[in-house]
Amino acid sequence: MPGTYRHRRWVNTAAFAVTGFCAFLTLGILFFILGYVTVHGIGALNWNFFTQLPKPVGETGGGMANAIVGTFKLIWLAALIGLPVGVLGGIYLAEYGRGTTVGFLVRYAADVINGVPSIVMGIFAYTVVVLPMKHFSALAGGIALGIMLIPIAVRSTEEFLKLVPMAIREAALALGLPRWKVILRVVIPTALRGLLTGVLLDLSRVSGETAPLLFTAFGNRFWSSGWMNPIASLPVMIFTYAVAPYEDWHRQAWAAALVLLMIVLATNVGARVLMRKQVRI
Amino acid sequence: MSATLTAPVPSTPSARPTSASQGKKTSTGWGDWIFENLTLIFALSILAIAAAIAWQLFKNSALARHAFGWSFLTKQIWDPVAEDFGALPFIFGTLVSSALALMIAIPLGVGVAIFLSELAPRRISDACAFLIELLAAIPSVVYGLIGIFVLVPVMRTHVQPFLIKTLGFLPFFRGPAYGVGMLTAAVVLAIMIVPFIVSISREIFLSVPAPLKEAAMALGATHWEVVRLAVLPYSRSGIAGAVFLALGRALGETMAVTMVIGNVPRIAASLLAPGYTMAAVLANEFTEATSDLYVHTLIEIGLVLFVITILANAIGRLILYKMAPDAEAH
Repeated sequence: MPGTYRHRRWVNTAAFAVTGFCAFLTLGILFFILGYVTVHGIGALNWNFFTQLPKPVGETGGGMANAIVGTFKLIWLAALIGLPVGVLGGIYLAEYGRGTTVGFLVRYAADVINGVPSIVMGIFAYTVVVLPMKHFSALAGGIALGIMLIPIAVRSTEEFLKLVPMAIREAALALGLPRWKVILRVVIPTALRGLLTGVLLDLSRVSGETAPLLFTAFGNRFWSSGWMNPIASLPVMIFTYAVAPYEDWHRQAWAAALVLLMIVLATNVGARVLMRKQVRI
Repeated sequence: MSATLTAPVPSTPSARPTSASQGKKTSTGWGDWIFENLTLIFALSILAIAAAIAWQLFKNSALARHAFGWSFLTKQIWDPVAEDFGALPFIFGTLVSSALALMIAIPLGVGVAIFLSELAPRRISDACAFLIELLAAIPSVVYGLIGIFVLVPVMRTHVQPFLIKTLGFLPFFRGPAYGVGMLTAAVVLAIMIVPFIVSISREIFLSVPAPLKEAAMALGATHWEVVRLAVLPYSRSGIAGAVFLALGRALGETMAVTMVIGNVPRIAASLLAPGYTMAAVLANEFTEATSDLYVHTLIEIGLVLFVITILANAIGRLILYKMAPDAEAH
């Protein structure tokens, strides 16, 4: 008897039970993943993991010291390449590019780059760095990750600068400051916490990327001998170890996954806690 | 899309900036001129990079484009030894795995978003949204790891035999239970894109004007009827936009899919059969490609993937932009 009050009440309850279950399921998956990686990772983590190089194929033991350092080196390089472009581009969009054609085009280009699959970004870095140099290098990996940083850095910088009230800019201009000083000394410090949040979220996103590194930074079972040579990274190591047929490698893949997850989630949560503390302007 | 997902910025009515002629070269204005053009150069370099990506993919696939022409998109051969290549199995795999993932993720994601925005108290809703965004932060390769060592065994021993037994009369659920395969990849993909659908849909639901909901309530609608009669119709196009953005992400997803899809370049009707995607073949074969033609072929696959994802993203952004022009299609 559809249409009766009792029936409608029943549908109401059922609908919310179903949607509630959806939420419960999604959160359940999150906690399952975090729990599973933690349990399997902690069992495999030991001091050697952080201090030793990978052992040759077939031998058990060893660690991933080179991959941990490699990951941080790659992120550092990516930040060096991507963040200046992203942040300065974002400053242009927020301060000079509102409502202009150039602004629209740049925003559009940033969206296009944001939508490019990470593996295609790897191909791009391969064609511009690896092909001319004829070998894999940390530099190529850094460029691939650096370009991936740009779109989010641009958009978050623009959004956070736009939150700074016009009145603050006008007050500074009225005191006779030139516009560039207003931006650097008044607008950016006001929005600093937001900018930092955006940058940290951005870094946390690319630090777990694997696909763009497969044929740029490639991987290395030893310490990397410079920016122009292949370098190991945690995500690529996890992939290599997970698809290999050795039991001991699987164990180490879990340990590496736990370490990577810690790095990524700590940055991510840290950034968002920082954001929450921001005084609403 | 990630900007919306990861950095929730309260939107404010953006006041117009002071006029652009501020940057003119007056006696004191050289600093302004330098600073404006410096930032302009960096902004324009973003345009240049986007163009360079497209150009490099196009240029470095020339050998394959000339060798195979348009038939590259419709051939099913993948023979690196004879150097005869066709991309159809990969295009098929990418589209089917993403479509399946959407079929799982849309109901789940929209369900979560309805619960979070319409039923749960604001505090719980915010906490849940925070946690669900963590799901988006988990690296793809970690999803792949869980996929290989947890999901694949479960699919092989429980889910797939059950599907074969109960739905085996359909061509989609036939064949042996390998564990790896199209369906497994779709499940992993679905989990990875749910956070996108949830966060965009939730924002859209929360932006439904209160008078619409109040009108429905005043007519005696139950809570669910308010959702069905007022919230969903108002948000329909927004959800469509969210779906296309999620699709764009699913199409290009590489590591997790590579690790669970089975990597067999064959078109099979059965969803339990192993498949291959464009992103996965790039991940697996790029470093092993020996000849120039082989490399160019793989780059052409990258080009096809690039074009398809750009289309999905463009459609999604267009829909969201039409909904809220102020948001400038974030």
